[in-house]
This record gives sequence, C-alpha cells and structure tokens, in this order.
Amino acid sequence: MDNPTLDETRDPLLIAQGWMEEGRDVAIATVVETWGSAPRPVGSHLVIDAEGNFHGSVSGGCVEGAVVSEAVDIIESGKPRMLEFGVADETAWQVGLSCGGRIKVYVERLG
Amino acid sequence: MDPHALKTINAARQARQAAILVTDLGDGRDRVVREGDTVAGELGAAIGKAFRSGKSGTVEAGGASFFLNVHLPPPRLVVIGAVHISQALAPMAKIAAYDMEIVDPRTAFATPERFPGVPLFADWPETVLAARPFDAYTAVAAVTHDPKIDDFPLKAALDANCFYVGALGSRKTHAKRVERLKAMGATDEAIGRIQAPIGLDIGASSPAEIAVAVLAQVIATFRSRGIAASGESTAR
Repeated sequence: MDNPTLDETRDPLLIAQGWMEEGRDVAIATVVETWGSAPRPVGSHLVIDAEGNFHGSVSGGCVEGAVVSEAVDIIESGKPRMLEFGVADETAWQVGLSCGGRIKVYVERLG
Repeated sequence: MDPHALKTINAARQARQAAILVTDLGDGRDRVVREGDTVAGELGAAIGKAFRSGKSGTVEAGGASFFLNVHLPPPRLVVIGAVHISQALAPMAKIAAYDMEIVDPRTAFATPERFPGVPLFADWPETVLAARPFDAYTAVAAVTHDPKIDDFPLKAALDANCFYVGALGSRKTHAKRVERLKAMGATDEAIGRIQAPIGLDIGASSPAEIAVAVLAQVIATFRSRGIAASGESTAR
C-alpha cells in the first residue's frame, strides 16, 4: 500500500532521488548526534545539489548555510565529512545554534 | 550514499516497510536492512534494538562506528464504523499525526458531510481490506457494535499483527465476540490482545470522551510496543 504521508515535494530523500534521476550531483547531510536542546532530531536530512539548492533541515535554519557550502565542496571531492556545531558566539559572527544545543552532521556525496 | 541504497530505502518507505539505513561512519559505505533481515553479531543486536525502539543513532560494533537511521512507517488508524465516536476521533487523530481512515458499508453513515476531509470507504471490510491490507503499523478500532461488520476486520487485524486492536462493547458483548472469533480460528493468545471494552479507563461517557480514551490507548500501545517483550526501557 502507498504511504500517503510521504510528500514527494517535501521529503528530502525522495527529492534527492529525483535530483539524482535528473542527473544532478547531490550531497546528503544527516543529523547523527544531538546534545541539549537540538532543533531537529537525529536522522533528519538536508539534501543539497552542486548549485547550492537545498531541501529539508538539520537545524531550525541556524546552520543550514554552513552545511550547504560544505556540501558543495563535498560534492566535488567525494569525501564525506563530519561537521559539528555548538552554541553561536555572536561577537565572532560564528555559525552556531542559538538554542544552546550541539549537533553533529554527517555530509556525504550521493554516488 | 550509494544510489542503490537511497532507492531501496525510499521504496521501503513508500511501501510502508520498516527499514534501517546503516552507514559505516569510517568509510562511508552504507546498506539497507529491512525488518526481518538477519544481521549477525553486535551490529545485528543493535539493529534489532533500533527496530524496536524506532530511535536513530550512532552505535559501536566490532570496533567500527555505524549510524543507524531508522525509518518506521507512520502509524495508521483504521476505524471500522462511521459513528459518532469516529466523528470526534477523526480531528483528534489528525492533530496527533495519525493517518485515520474509516470503513463502514452503511452508506447513510459514511458520508463526506459527516466526515469532512477523512478518507472514507463505504464498503464491506472484506472488500476494502483486499485492496488496503492491515500491517503491523496499523491500529484497528472496531466501533460499529455490529458483528457482521466488526468481526471480519478484528480477525484480520489479529492475523496482520496490528500493533493495536480495540473493539467497542460491554464485557458481555465481548464475551460473545470472543466465542465467534474462536470459531473463526483466532487463538486465545491473539484474542487476548484485543482491547475491550475499548479505550483507556478514564471514565469516558460521551462519544467525544470515548474518542479521547481510544486515541490515548492507541498512542500508549504504539509507544510501548515491543518493549515489554524485549525487556528494554526507553529511558535515556
């Protein structure tokens, strides 16, 4: 039976497959660990193409920009990377989570 | 990620099959394990536990580090009977993110006017289930009171190992139902899984209150499934 709750226009893994089938280069970012009050649960995905288009989320919008720019490099190199984000240091304009949590995000190329 | 693994995990999710994407965080290799597949050793034990808890996470096994991304089908709630209780239950189920649908062959009951926005199947359960079978991630609540309508889907729910099976009716009504289900070939053990009288005991009286009791019982059963059997706790 079909799963009616999977929305092809919003589900990151279905979008990644669609992009792949269109011949686009794709990276998949996955939250693999969280500490404290993390905005998105372990297992959440952000999918990114080589032009920096993305779908899904790994935080509440706090670190997506940084993940997307890393992902574009990873699409080129093909080497997966583990990224870690903690509390933002506002004075240093550092990327981080204002909620006070910490997350680990695994970013890999599709294929 | 391997393109084949992505296609496999998406196919499993679209078919409402439980599956885990296992990624070796050392070398980035991944594979899909479906519920029921055998995986040996420490990793296999961790995978079994992840299927039961539904929790994704990183595990250490055989000196390597693996990320297990668990994809369980979202729970579905099938209500047999387009009655007053179901009218109250539908909006509550939606809020709790359960996909609810209603089966009732009595076309006077199963009307879109009474159930706006709810998938309605105005046909006999025998017919509807042939096209939309129950699975282990389905909850079935039979609330028509009518054995001609309720009995078949109750037996089907036990056979499909639905995580929740509930039936409306007094203890006396249920005692008679038990006899009929036995005659249909259901075992005592299976019949013992039926929640009857239906719903958590909160002293519910009105149809809306009974709907609260039913939904709460469905949630309680879903969140504790497999835990008693495996002796594990979800505390962390």
